[in-house]
Amino acid sequence: MARTLLDKVWEAHTVRTLPSGQTQLLIGLHLIHEVTTPQAFQMLKELGLKVRMPERTFATLDHIIPTTDQTRPYADPLAEEMAVHMIRNAKDFGVPLFDMSTGKQGIVHVIGPELGLSQPAMTIACGDSHTSTHGAVGAIAFGIGTTQVRDVLATQCLAMAKPKLRQVRVEGTLAKGVYAKDVILSIINQLGVKGGVGYAYEYAGSVIERMTMEERLTVCNMSIEGGARCGYVNPDQTTIDYLRGRPHAPVGAAFDRASGWWKSMATEPGAEFDHVARLDGSVIEPVVTWGINPGMSVGVSQRIPAPESAPEADRSTFREALAHMAFEAGQPIKGAKIDVAFVGSCTNGRLSDLRAAAEVAKKGKVAKHVRALIVPGSQQVAKAAEAEGLHEIFQAAGFQWRKAGCSMCLGMNPDQLVGREMSASSSNRNFIGRQGSPTGRTLLMSPAMVAAAAITGAVADVREILR
Amino acid sequence: MSTDYKRTHHAGRGIPVVGNDIDTDRIIPARFLKEVTFETMGEHAFEDARKQNPEHPFNSPAHKGASVLVVGQNFGCGSSREHAPQALMRWGISAIVGGSFGEIFFGNCVMLGIPCMVVSQDDLEWLQKAIARNPHETVTVHVEKQEVRFGDRVIEAAMPDGPRNQLVGGTWDSTAVLLEAGGAIEATAKKLPYVTGF
Repeated sequence: MARTLLDKVWEAHTVRTLPSGQTQLLIGLHLIHEVTTPQAFQMLKELGLKVRMPERTFATLDHIIPTTDQTRPYADPLAEEMAVHMIRNAKDFGVPLFDMSTGKQGIVHVIGPELGLSQPAMTIACGDSHTSTHGAVGAIAFGIGTTQVRDVLATQCLAMAKPKLRQVRVEGTLAKGVYAKDVILSIINQLGVKGGVGYAYEYAGSVIERMTMEERLTVCNMSIEGGARCGYVNPDQTTIDYLRGRPHAPVGAAFDRASGWWKSMATEPGAEFDHVARLDGSVIEPVVTWGINPGMSVGVSQRIPAPESAPEADRSTFREALAHMAFEAGQPIKGAKIDVAFVGSCTNGRLSDLRAAAEVAKKGKVAKHVRALIVPGSQQVAKAAEAEGLHEIFQAAGFQWRKAGCSMCLGMNPDQLVGREMSASSSNRNFIGRQGSPTGRTLLMSPAMVAAAAITGAVADVREILR
Repeated sequence: MSTDYKRTHHAGRGIPVVGNDIDTDRIIPARFLKEVTFETMGEHAFEDARKQNPEHPFNSPAHKGASVLVVGQNFGCGSSREHAPQALMRWGISAIVGGSFGEIFFGNCVMLGIPCMVVSQDDLEWLQKAIARNPHETVTVHVEKQEVRFGDRVIEAAMPDGPRNQLVGGTWDSTAVLLEAGGAIEATAKKLPYVTGF
């Protein structure tokens, strides 16, 4: 019987079946950061245990670090304390740490693929829900909580049940001005924010196959926003070309052997899925969220829907969303005034994202009332962008060019919304309070759409600007 | 494993939090995660929602001391932060009943010995209303029998076999269980081409 990548990876990483009926699953790559690990290391110390496979564990600093002045100690003593713990734990337990001095620091989900740590057919875990990102290279990658981080540190394993598998096929051709972000927001809108609970998503179809690796990373990143703990794209020539030459990828003959193995792990023709969903990529337009979860979105030419259009059980959430956002049902999303523009995050903080935003930034100046931030996903992204002069394009247009980190995606550093500010954001979550202000508001969109909103001062259709 | 770890059932007063898709940022906003322990998390459970809404159930004296949280669909979606179940647990929650749960949140709850039981939309609406009317009545969450009792009513409540077996058997604190595999862990690793350098 034809098998899927999920089947093959699961089998290869199964240590045993536990008495509970779950699988004891080996984790091939464990990525850690400062926010969800200090308690796990403390538990490890209390149990008198070591890190089982420090050579398969890598740490970075991303969530709490300031993106302006990174002089130590950080201005925020709580952030400084978290950094101190990460640095000390990495040293005490023999785990490599990509800190600022390495030139390789960045958001954990940006640096994993960038350094070639994340590879096809691996199992990857990290104490962060956007670990699904790494599925873009053909890995089975998922987010875990802190106690599970302790388990992986101590045993390199997790107790897990194998998820069901849904193939999400996106066919057709994307129009100009439509990006990977619009594809994943459309998928979440169609399948729902809890549609993926219990499933892994396999993204396929001609649109996905033609995507670059960075575009696939954006799609897989937001699997969790659709309820799916992991999402992946089968390894293909794009994957192999992307990994070749990366610092932690195999070299020479080993790379050729690796490529063969990676391809052999892809889903076989004729494999069956628990469910198949289909989307026509040709009809997708630039997408903007209007509500308080990533499923509440419309095309930029459309109007905000009425609560009555939603199923009965969702109408109260709908009304709550309209009240929080101060939107009226029937109002066009285009023209909604913004106060802040943010390009960055593990969803859209890579070089191609910055290029797309810069192309739009060239067309105007940031509106007077808008505060606009560009936050590269990693030090290497920042360096590459600076080498092509993108920072100068942004600065000339009135955007602030910052240092790498998670920044305003979740506002754990000083980059936060203030009061009721409305943000056009290339990040992944529009939850109430997400960007640091309990009453702040977030509109999710692609980096190009964020740049368009920044120079217009309101939600704009990037297709009209690029025309 | 000690019987102290067995989570066959829990009885306590209920507290309803109405609404779907209540995410972990709502349960505990990120700015409260800048702590190297979980100790203070309980103080911040639903902090912003409570400040914005004086009527929030977590503010209500009638629900003080409640330990069974009753929620809607997709509760705990979003971020993997274990700070969310830690905050609820340290506030006093020992069991959760709802329509559906964010998967990582569900797993984190199991790791803390907190059962998350799934009931039908009709049953959860009934239970939320019944608890609001009668906040001092006991809710019994029976993990092993997969049912929830309130007054005379018995509600069917589901939990997948794996986590249910972990809770009922007292093996949810999984490090010890995983360590029992011993050398089989390294043996599995050595069969993987990427571990041996292809």
